Amino acid sequence: MRCRCGLLRTLEKYSSSKRIALTIYVSSVIFFVAIIFLPPLLGILMKWPSLFQMFETPDLLARAQSAIVASFAIALAISVLDLIAALPLAWFIARQTSKKYASVIDTLADIPFIIPTVALGYSVLLFWGREGAGAFTGNALVSPGWLLIVLLHFAFSYPVVVRVMVGALQDYERTLETAARTLGASPLTAVRTVSLSVLKPALVSSFLLAFSRSLSETGATVMVAGVFENGTVFIKNASDAGLVSPLVFVSFVLIATSTLMFMIIRILGPRLRIPVSKVWPHLEQKLSDRGAVRTRDLLTIAVFAFFVLVPSLFVALPGGRALTDGTVGQAISGFGVWSTYWGSVALSYSVAICATLLNILVGLPLAILIARRRIGSAACTILDAAVNIPIVIPSIAVGVSLRLFWGGYTGIPEFWLLVLAHLTVTNAYFVRSMISAFERIPPELEEVARTLGAKPLTVFRKVTIPLAKYSMISGAVMAFTRSVDETGATLAVSKELKTAPVLLVEWVKATVPTSPSTIGLGVSVLLLTSFASLLVFKLAARRSF
Amino acid sequence: MPSIRLISVTKRFKDNVALDRASLNVRSGEYVCVLGPTGSGKTTLLRVIAGLTQPDSGQLLIDGKSVDEMGPEDRGTAYVPQQYALFPHLTVLQNVAFSPLAKGYKKAEAFEIARKVLQTVKLAHREGAFPSELSGGMQQRVTLARGIASGARLLLLDEPLGALDARLRMELRTELRRIAKDLSLTAIHVTHDQKEAMSIADTIVVLKDGNIQQTGSPFHLYQDPASIFVSSFVGGSNFLPGVVVGIEGTNSLVELRDGIRIRVHQRSHRRGEPVILSVRQELTILRNHADEKENAIPGEIRGTSFVGDAIEYDVELDNRETVKCKVPSYYVSEGSLPFQTGERVFVTIDPHDCNLYSEPPLGLAKELEAF
Repeated sequence: MRCRCGLLRTLEKYSSSKRIALTIYVSSVIFFVAIIFLPPLLGILMKWPSLFQMFETPDLLARAQSAIVASFAIALAISVLDLIAALPLAWFIARQTSKKYASVIDTLADIPFIIPTVALGYSVLLFWGREGAGAFTGNALVSPGWLLIVLLHFAFSYPVVVRVMVGALQDYERTLETAARTLGASPLTAVRTVSLSVLKPALVSSFLLAFSRSLSETGATVMVAGVFENGTVFIKNASDAGLVSPLVFVSFVLIATSTLMFMIIRILGPRLRIPVSKVWPHLEQKLSDRGAVRTRDLLTIAVFAFFVLVPSLFVALPGGRALTDGTVGQAISGFGVWSTYWGSVALSYSVAICATLLNILVGLPLAILIARRRIGSAACTILDAAVNIPIVIPSIAVGVSLRLFWGGYTGIPEFWLLVLAHLTVTNAYFVRSMISAFERIPPELEEVARTLGAKPLTVFRKVTIPLAKYSMISGAVMAFTRSVDETGATLAVSKELKTAPVLLVEWVKATVPTSPSTIGLGVSVLLLTSFASLLVFKLAARRSF
Repeated sequence: MPSIRLISVTKRFKDNVALDRASLNVRSGEYVCVLGPTGSGKTTLLRVIAGLTQPDSGQLLIDGKSVDEMGPEDRGTAYVPQQYALFPHLTVLQNVAFSPLAKGYKKAEAFEIARKVLQTVKLAHREGAFPSELSGGMQQRVTLARGIASGARLLLLDEPLGALDARLRMELRTELRRIAKDLSLTAIHVTHDQKEAMSIADTIVVLKDGNIQQTGSPFHLYQDPASIFVSSFVGGSNFLPGVVVGIEGTNSLVELRDGIRIRVHQRSHRRGEPVILSVRQELTILRNHADEKENAIPGEIRGTSFVGDAIEYDVELDNRETVKCKVPSYYVSEGSLPFQTGERVFVTIDPHDCNLYSEPPLGLAKELEAF
């Protein structure tokens, strides 16, 4: 006796049609190219003439140039610092014999990763200010400026490097290292000369992720920048002042340079040789001693705690204070500045939900197309690179370009402009995650399922998706949290609508007069709703499979 | 029980010809082994039949009907790839019930079918286990059960025993055949192991470079190999180049290097034609002395290997050719080997045990280079 609802049977029947499969794939590529990939590039090019107007104002040009240089210098410094500081922690987590201990550190390392960066920005500002590390002296230990930007960027990009490296180390075949040890190499020499060379792709992608996160971050950077300007702060200031030419100039340079750098690192990264030939046997043997290793571990955890963990969680202090000083009452009743706050939170989540759903809809066929090389190897490699580019472009520059591109189409409501901007910024997180998930599924599983009588849609529902579900959840969560957190592109695109992070930036920059406990509560609410939505997402996903 | 007919099927991957005008008939209920070295096109042949690879040209008929436009799910085949491809997220029972469920059966009915099939392969007690909890042999049986539960009458087995140890392989190969025969299934079993093919196949198809070299029963292939390749791949032979210098009745006289003459009971080539003389290693006889000069070539033992049921001697003939001779080991005790390394011997060949082949266009070495 056979059963199955009519709609599903019809869909399954049509899924066997090559024409329909082709239509789905082609549509996803067209959508990606026309809606996600090209607009951020074309918007700037449409304003090509105003690019050259910058050269008529030397003062502004000099300011723009130093802002761009600052952006790249900070991003480069952060990436190098991250690798130096985060690699030992990743090593500690992956190689710790006590699984419970490693698991605690691993979970702690993830905390800054899931805190919205505006919350993190405010937290870092407070920690290094008078109320935090400077409490004993009565003055801020680090005032807003370039150093605080470095400390902030270090705090939010550090967990990214830890996550990537822990994953790579757990997958790494340790027998190579053991072989080097049996051939007379000290533990440090074995790691340096063998393991790091094998782990090079993960090191390169860690570097790239930290670099692009630093280059792109806007909201939190604006909070801690003071009068200092890097590229994104410059764009924000130019946008606030209504200056089109500097806006276009800096956005163009940031987009072009970061895309170029990304391509160079993609091409040259795998060929890059880590200098490993020279060995210092005595020194490396000493550095491999138990005492030296323990010192290194303690130092690593101290750096993590003092520069990443505590600064990230410091916002809990004013958040807690808000519970007792009546701020909560004002917030609930929507008094004063709170009148717009809840609407902004709702807007943030509405945009994030729409962007994530669109990501899933368009991203799944795109990821299958790339992972399974359905349109030829060369075309898939180009598409794969194109998917990654929006990650490395500073999001505020993406926003500027999108505003210029879609601005001409007055019929598009601002809400949907925001969704499109968030889609561009978050798409790569979902698609990347799904590509690696699909690549890990042996094609034979799907082929065997077909020969067992399953139609392509059944194979997708019953074999592919269940095997890729964890990547799908984490990809969707990444896209969702990135969207809720997004400030740069939102600032550039929106005129009327304000998402929660944008509103909080205004509060901190004192555009709207607020008290620290108000900001603390506002940031904490965003933090808690982020955690709650993550939980809901995971529970819903678990139930649906 | 379906029958299969391939008519001049060709498949290329860029410059590589995986199948070159391959034609094949498989009778219903037949157990066919496709034998060939790595890269000979065996898997491509199986995938074309399963509908997973589209041929560039040619036609495929299942039960006399063309299936060229039919998707893999509609062909009624059960494809078993090399690494089993059990669904790791499903239990044994769910794996076996996958096909009935995919075809729209109710859960209870699908599980009933699956349980019956699991009993056939003696794995009913492990229905709740996940594939990762099973041994290689058990996984292989679950794969087979999954194929059977699909209702497919045609099993396509791609090196199904490749990942198992030698003993388990021997046990399971007979079980595979038993199950296929008990359930009246047609089976195409791809392997590169000639012993495996010889022991279970009704018919063996030998493939090389995408070409079907010979099709026939294991006995026929062993006794009458159609080419140097088949002679070498099925059983193992010695090959000696020479020229036909005389024809006497049903015999040919072949002159090897340095004027050594061998009489062969075969009249297939003209006088003056270059040929390759082939003789099975186990029919290449070693003696301490030669009663007659004809068909006895002097040489010296260069190496000895004990391989269990036989002793293999590498002999360098006086004409600088080398041959391998297999001597049964059952009457030999350790320390009293019939021949020693460095000993002078005569290699004798019975005229009825030889085969003559035309010299390959690219030379003997090229013809045998797959080994």
